[in-house]
Parts: sequence; structure tokens; C-alpha cells
Amino acid sequence: MSDALTAIAALNARYARCIDDDGLAGWPDFFTERCLYKVTTAENFADGLEGAVIYADSRAMLVDRVSALGEANIYEKHAYRHILGAPFIVSEQDDGTRSETSFVVVRIMRDGTTDVFASGRYVDVVRLEGGEAKLAQRIVVCDSSRIDTLLALPL
Amino acid sequence: MPYWAFDAPDVFAAEQQRLFEGPVWNYLCLEAEIPNAGDYKTTFAGRMPVIVVRDRDGAINAFENRCAHRGALIALDNRGNAKSFSCVYHAWSYNLRGDLVGVAFQKGVKGEGGMPPSFCMADHHPRKLRVETISGLVFGSVASDAAPLRAYLGDEIVARIERVFRGRTPVVLGRFTQSLPNNWKLYVENVKDSYHASILHLFFTTFKLNRLSMKGGIIIDPSGGHHVSYSQIDPAAARDAEYTAQQLRSEDESFGLADPTLLNGFDEFPDGVTLQILSVFPGFVLQQIQNAIAVRQVLPREVDRTDLNWTYLGFADDTPEQRSIRSKQSNLVGPAGYVSMEDGCVGGFVQRGIASAQDECAVLEMGGSSAESQESRATESSVRGFWKAYRAVMGL
Repeated sequence: MSDALTAIAALNARYARCIDDDGLAGWPDFFTERCLYKVTTAENFADGLEGAVIYADSRAMLVDRVSALGEANIYEKHAYRHILGAPFIVSEQDDGTRSETSFVVVRIMRDGTTDVFASGRYVDVVRLEGGEAKLAQRIVVCDSSRIDTLLALPL
Repeated sequence: MPYWAFDAPDVFAAEQQRLFEGPVWNYLCLEAEIPNAGDYKTTFAGRMPVIVVRDRDGAINAFENRCAHRGALIALDNRGNAKSFSCVYHAWSYNLRGDLVGVAFQKGVKGEGGMPPSFCMADHHPRKLRVETISGLVFGSVASDAAPLRAYLGDEIVARIERVFRGRTPVVLGRFTQSLPNNWKLYVENVKDSYHASILHLFFTTFKLNRLSMKGGIIIDPSGGHHVSYSQIDPAAARDAEYTAQQLRSEDESFGLADPTLLNGFDEFPDGVTLQILSVFPGFVLQQIQNAIAVRQVLPREVDRTDLNWTYLGFADDTPEQRSIRSKQSNLVGPAGYVSMEDGCVGGFVQRGIASAQDECAVLEMGGSSAESQESRATESSVRGFWKAYRAVMGL
């Protein structure tokens, strides 16, 4: 396995654990200070449409999303389980490693109802910041254009 | 308001015939989505599948997406370009006006089979909708007795649509469908319910993002079915305040956003309106929240399932900076929106809450019992307006 593949797989594993099992607090730290995090659909992505259901171009905006989910927004209690594929390394360049990783996210509601909430791929750019692999870009491209009820916790 | 209206299957079935196919205008799509001859989009009028297509002469036609032969869908893509339409089942074909122009093997094969001589193609076609547009929004009506669109909307609603578009060409920035676990009317009630806004949606309050010197109000058209809820900078009060027109600001930096650029706006609306939610009966919403513009199409799927189709908009003359601002502000709205995600789940809370309460009623007395325009937003008058228009159309 290449170093890049190992590093990104490890980053993804920590990322999923942070959302699914660790209460989200450390989620912004997976990103570089200036970054791009977007959630969109395969159709919008293929058509080159810039619109997104979540759009952040700074780590601070991700911090705000975590705060809002914890303190402001109201939604029924639920949890995710991310199942991530092996990263596909698109290219390794000086300004970062481009990779894509498939995901399936299962949503568990408070009454136990368990559904496939989303599937898709992460379109990533990973860069080293202070010796650590960080996401300079994560575009969450959902296969479906449909979101059930609401998207609170990030993908 | 009796709760059976939200979960009685016979009411749901009657709504399709009397309401969505009745004397109303259903939002179909944007003109900008079908700019060229042959461009089409598949959409819905209630549950009726519809094709909207740009004809060769530039006119817009809409007809039921149902083959006149055996009822199959004619068009199977969300969007496309076609010279004509052909049903995949038996290749009956239609021109861009929805007229039947070809029947495979109409004369039979080698003199055998085929349609009877009496068969007349002109007698067979999917139902056609009347089509009218306003500010690039395409509406269709199945019934022949609907008032013309502008008369249906009324002058006040027309003006409030036109102030958002101002003659500009809209550009689609993205499309999302939100599946709502509730009857479609619970979402429409929510859109019209100005009472809940500052109670359910705590984002602005939590981050101490208070609008200064704002005034606002509710406009309800005489039918009750359409409404506008808005807030606007009060020019008299604003003159004294040191802040820029479109900005919200934090009273206390320690409670503020880590990245307040989320709410940076640009001066787009000279009238100082920073928020306008406009609904057209039965299921259309035009939203302006600062510079985040979107249209929402509310479509019933099942008695307790609704599709909410979001189309985020910019305009052709936007600068890259303005686009970036629209993208950031879109965090406020949509299925993950800071001030809208709750609307995705609250209808489901009602739907589940009323599971055995068909004989019980909701209370809708905030702001009195009328359905008239009001300056206060602590009112349910536009919700009452919806039911007034609903009862008139449904004959209930």
C-alpha cells in the first residue's frame, strides 16, 4: 500500500468514528483552516452546479455547524454508522493528494428504525498541515437527490 | 381544524381531482430550465405526472406524462431535449404540443391487424394543461375554469414575486428533494405559520444575531390561499444605526459565530426587504432570505408522504463574489438549513401525534379568527387563509 492510501484510509477511519461514536466535537479538526466542505448530489455535481445543502469554506464554519447542532437546532435524536470503502487515489500533487472514497451512511432513529440514509463518494483533497493529513476539500457527493426528513449530522 | 384532514385517504384522493386538477395554478418549473426549442422537464401537478416542453415557436406547452394508449409514462428522464416524444411501450408518438402524431402499425402488418378505420388520432391525447408564466416561473392549470394567472395571484402577490426577480434571468444553482414524513398540508401550514418562526428556529437567537430596526408583516390575498411574510429594514430607525443594510450583527462577540462571514450579504434589494417568504396556493413557495433565493415545490406523494423540491437560484449577472455569498447563505435554508431543518421534521411530529386523533381539532386562534393581512407576525392568519381557500376549492 502506498503511504497516501494508508494515510487517507486512516484519516477516514478517524473521521467516521468522530461522527458516529465520538459526538462530533472534533469533526472540524479534520479540515485545514481554509477548506471546502460541501454536501451535494451526483446530479448537481455532474451538471457543474455549485449549490449545496451544506457549504463551508473555513474550519470556523464547521465549528459553527457543530455548535448549532448542539445548541440551536432542533431534531429528533438519531445516530449514523458510516461504512467507508477503500480510498481511490486520483493523483498525488504538490498541492495535495486527490482521492475518492465511497460511503454508505445508515441512520438509526431513537425508536430503532434503521435505514440507509445516504450513499455516495467523498471527493477529497488531502494536504499535510503541521505534519498531519488534513482535508483541504471534502465534497460529499450523494448518489441520490433525495434527503429523508432533514440532514442534521454531517456526512 | 379537524385532524382527519391530514390522514383520511378519501380526502387525499379527492384533493387530486378537486384541488390539484381544479381551478388552481400548479408551479411546474422555471423557464430557465427549458430555454431552447425541444427542452423539456418532467414534473407534477399534485400527483399527475406532467411534461413541460419548449415548443419550436418558443411557447411553453404542458401535458400529462401519460400515453393515450395504455397509460405508460411518455418521458422517463428528469430533463432532456426532444423533437417529439415516443412512448417506449408501443411507440405511440406525440409532438411537442402533446398531440398524437403516430401509432405504430396503425395500418397493421401485411394487411392484417391494425387500428380500425374509425380510429382518429386527434381524439386521443394526454390531458393538456393551460400554461402561463410570471417572472420566469412556469405554472400550469388542468381545469379550464381557473382565472388567468395574474388575476389568480392578485396585484400584491404579483408585485412581491416581481420584486425578487426584477426582470433578471434566474440560474439554477442546485436541486434537492426533501422527503417529508407528513401530509403535504402540514408543510404548507408550516410555511404560512409566522407564529412558530422565532420559537422553533433558534439559530438566530442562540447566536445573538438580532436584526436591528426591522419591521415586517403578513400579506394575505383575498382568496386566503396566497401569502407573503416579510421583514424589512425600517428606514426611519436605520438612519441612526451604524450598520450596513443587509447585515445581521452579533450583540456579543463571545456568543457569535466563529465565522460570521456566513451572514455577509450584498445589496441586492433596494427596498430593504431582508426576508420574504411567499406562497402560492396550493403548493408553491418563493423564498428570499437575505441573498439566498429558492423556489420550493410541494408535492403530495401519499397521505403521509410529501416531496419538497428545492431549486436554489442565482442570477445570470451575479459576480463570483455574489455567487459565493449565495452559497454561504444557503446554509440557512434547505434540508440542512440552520433556520429550516426543523421544518423537515415538525410535520412528522404532528403526523405521528395525531395518529388516533381524527375526531380532535387543532387550535388556530393566534391573532384572532380572520384571514387578513396583519402587521404582527404573532398570528396564524395566513394558516387560516390557506384553509379558507382549501375549503372553497374542496367544497368542504
